[in-house]
Amino acid sequence: MAKTYVSTTINGEPTEFLCETQQTMLDVLRDVIGLTGSKEGCASGDCGACSVLLDGRLVCACLVLGAEAEGHAIETIEGMAKADELHPLQRKFLEHAALQCGVCTPGFLIAAKALLEKHPDPSETEVRYWLAGNLCRCTGYDKIVRAVLDAATEMRGS
Amino acid sequence: MATVLKTEIQAPARETKWVGTRPIRPDGVDKVTGRAKFGADLILPGMLVGKVLRSPHPHAKIKSIDISKAAALPGVKAIVTRDDFQDLPSEFVPAGEMMVNYRDIVRNVMAREKVLYEGHPVAALAATSAQIAKQALKLIEVEYEVLPHVIDVLEAMKDDAPLLHDDLFTAGVEPAPSKPSNIAKRVEFAIGDIAAGFAEADLVIERTFDTKAVHQGYIEPHACVASFSEDGQAELWCSTQGHYIVRGHCAKMLGMDISELRVTASEIGGGFGGKTVVYLEPLALALSRKSNRPVKMVMSREEVFRATGPTSGANVRVKIGATRDGRITAAEGELKYQAGAFQGGPIQPGCMAAFAPYDLANVKVVGFDVVTNRPKVAAYRAPGAPISEFAVESVIDELAKKIGIDPIDFRLKNAAKEGTRTAYGPKLGPVGLIETLKRIKASEHYHAPLKPNQGRGIASGFWFNIGGETSVSINVNEDGTVTLMAGTPDIGGSRASSCLMAAEALGIDYDKVRPIIADTSSLGYTFLTGGSRATFSNGVAANEAAQQVIKEMCARAAKIWEIPADAVRWEDGMAKPAGANAGDFEPLSFAEIAKMAGKTGGPIAGHAHLNAQGAAPSFGTHLVDLEVDKETGRVTILRYTVAQDAGRAVHPAYVEGQYQGGAVQGIGWALNEEYIYGPDGRLQNPGFLDYRMPVASDVPMIDTVIVEVANPRHPFGVRGVGETPIVPPMAAIANAIEQATGIRFTELPMSPPKVLKAIEANGPG
Repeated sequence: MAKTYVSTTINGEPTEFLCETQQTMLDVLRDVIGLTGSKEGCASGDCGACSVLLDGRLVCACLVLGAEAEGHAIETIEGMAKADELHPLQRKFLEHAALQCGVCTPGFLIAAKALLEKHPDPSETEVRYWLAGNLCRCTGYDKIVRAVLDAATEMRGS
Repeated sequence: MATVLKTEIQAPARETKWVGTRPIRPDGVDKVTGRAKFGADLILPGMLVGKVLRSPHPHAKIKSIDISKAAALPGVKAIVTRDDFQDLPSEFVPAGEMMVNYRDIVRNVMAREKVLYEGHPVAALAATSAQIAKQALKLIEVEYEVLPHVIDVLEAMKDDAPLLHDDLFTAGVEPAPSKPSNIAKRVEFAIGDIAAGFAEADLVIERTFDTKAVHQGYIEPHACVASFSEDGQAELWCSTQGHYIVRGHCAKMLGMDISELRVTASEIGGGFGGKTVVYLEPLALALSRKSNRPVKMVMSREEVFRATGPTSGANVRVKIGATRDGRITAAEGELKYQAGAFQGGPIQPGCMAAFAPYDLANVKVVGFDVVTNRPKVAAYRAPGAPISEFAVESVIDELAKKIGIDPIDFRLKNAAKEGTRTAYGPKLGPVGLIETLKRIKASEHYHAPLKPNQGRGIASGFWFNIGGETSVSINVNEDGTVTLMAGTPDIGGSRASSCLMAAEALGIDYDKVRPIIADTSSLGYTFLTGGSRATFSNGVAANEAAQQVIKEMCARAAKIWEIPADAVRWEDGMAKPAGANAGDFEPLSFAEIAKMAGKTGGPIAGHAHLNAQGAAPSFGTHLVDLEVDKETGRVTILRYTVAQDAGRAVHPAYVEGQYQGGAVQGIGWALNEEYIYGPDGRLQNPGFLDYRMPVASDVPMIDTVIVEVANPRHPFGVRGVGETPIVPPMAAIANAIEQATGIRFTELPMSPPKVLKAIEANGPG
């Protein structure tokens, strides 16, 4: 079957790719473009390990078709640090030891970024409910929630 | 919901500069930027996609497999079935904390005579795209003769149960049985005289418990890339807790010399014991050998649930007797654990751990390892112990309540301590159970008021911890920085803890030590990351390697100063002239000696290869507050505190992380997680939507108390901390629900429908 031509923006870079019609955005990011920071944990939208921003909106890349990215902007974990400076969330995750194995971390960071862009001053409960679409099996969430709250405080201050 | 994180650390065993601090982990930046390469993240030129055809039946004879149509599909490059793997004789080898049998490994990786569970592999193929591979799987024709199946452990033990293996005779019984059965093994551990012990008791409580199979639930599915070359050498990249174990199993299955297979451990996205065995790796290697192309294989989440892990579901009877003043006089347990399709469930550690938190004179524990038509169980964090200790800690709570003693005081009266003889043999060295109980009792949490429908529960837990075969190399670079090579895949910060211990031993800064997890051809054999052994064993080995480096550094300084080597002492990361020469020369720093290494004898390095001895158990006590919604049966965890003996917390933040993560896994086990089978023997919930693991909004902050009763046999006092935290939660929660509702739950999970049913059956109250 003929592939579909898609013109999009990924992490601010104009990007063109060819994809099969059934390929998800996650397949395209990982297998076609080579951005493997977004992870596949379930391929059914239950774990959030493939969280990306689509025109600033938090989505699971496994639930979006590659072809649907036409004309839209995608933001992935690979675009989160600017120049050689980590995003405050990335720094706070490290300082709080908010990751153990690290495979869910890209998804949590993207999801938390989407939260703080919308709600710069979330309560602990708001953070917990916002991140309820992201599974972490290692940390018990404690240090993740603390890192997000701490990053929010720092970002409001700057 | 929020509570304050309290990290209280007792006085350290010795003055340290690095051990006990909380620096950023060396692999941290790669893991927050998406750079870190996990199992599925490697892409090789010309790589094929491998997929597995799995049995739809829980139990069936394989009459024939016809691959001809699949092989004819353009893009299909290789297909393997049972015919491509040699049979191996029955031979047990250690994997994690369990023993595995090569005869069974071969059959679990690829079904031979029969399929024994839904999801059992019957064929695998490699094709140029995932689409073609999926299409080709549908073209493989397998003719089955469906057999009756058995899922439940008690059903499987019956005389007329469908037999999984007609050559399985129960081991450990006299006389040896003449008829095969599904009971693979009987084990027994006993001390004292339980009949006499129960006769002394004023109160005896006996209850039977039922737990369901639960999955480790790592977020990263199994994944690997295999690449064979024409000369028979192969490279394998995979997500595993032990790449040396993978190498051994794969070489055996593929008939290779071990030196011909180089295995590199990718970053690993969680394991919890479930990544200590091989599934895809031998298939990918076989497909690569057949196709002469690299082959990547990645499981779907559904495949992970249907064909890997989980841990046993079980039936456990516990009977404990105590005197009116709260002294336990006898304890008895009978444990029946599902092993899955092949023998080798965690029955032995389950039995050994059952009563380990108590100092008892009279104990008898009997266990049965029972095969059923389910995926073969794999190790899961303190394998076996959470099941048996759930039962024991529930009965302990009931006894304390009936006698009218505070449950902490009851445990303090009977707690295991230094000198306690365990039912499984050895006497305990210094251990910290009593300290964890005292810290919980003294906590503000234990005395906080509760509201209606709320309950508070407590439970203790135990895990052995292990050492084992370990290699570590320390290479000193020309500028005085150091590369530390370890062979234990880093699942939760062990690079950081290993570097902290190396920096401490060498007397140099933590950020001068950079770690790598070496592949199997670069560093000598190292047992896997499991048994809470990585930080323990790497500490022993890194310390020994560091002492060699220091000795060599002193020798080089002596050479430079032209004095005898024994006239140099090492202090604060510097060589100093000592004795008669004291003060004669300016001290030489680690970096200064490293820079001159080329002119003083060549490169400087240290290497340790050893079997790390002296592992010591870690005890913990958990305290939970919860609320039961009497209209829905939902249990909400309100507050949670973990106190556990770390021996020494090398990187306290990652120790807290182990406590918190284990507690939340236990909360999932207690309240929601279970393998649900239909009458057809098929798993009904093979996905994260229906297999409900805790999410962030399900749990509160998890407070931690790190107790440090140093392990005297470790250079830094380490015990190992990773597994104990999953042991107490189920009983702590059941005990709290009992307090909130008056109902004693003996079945896991205590999910809303079950809790609601019990509340309704109990009548308005």
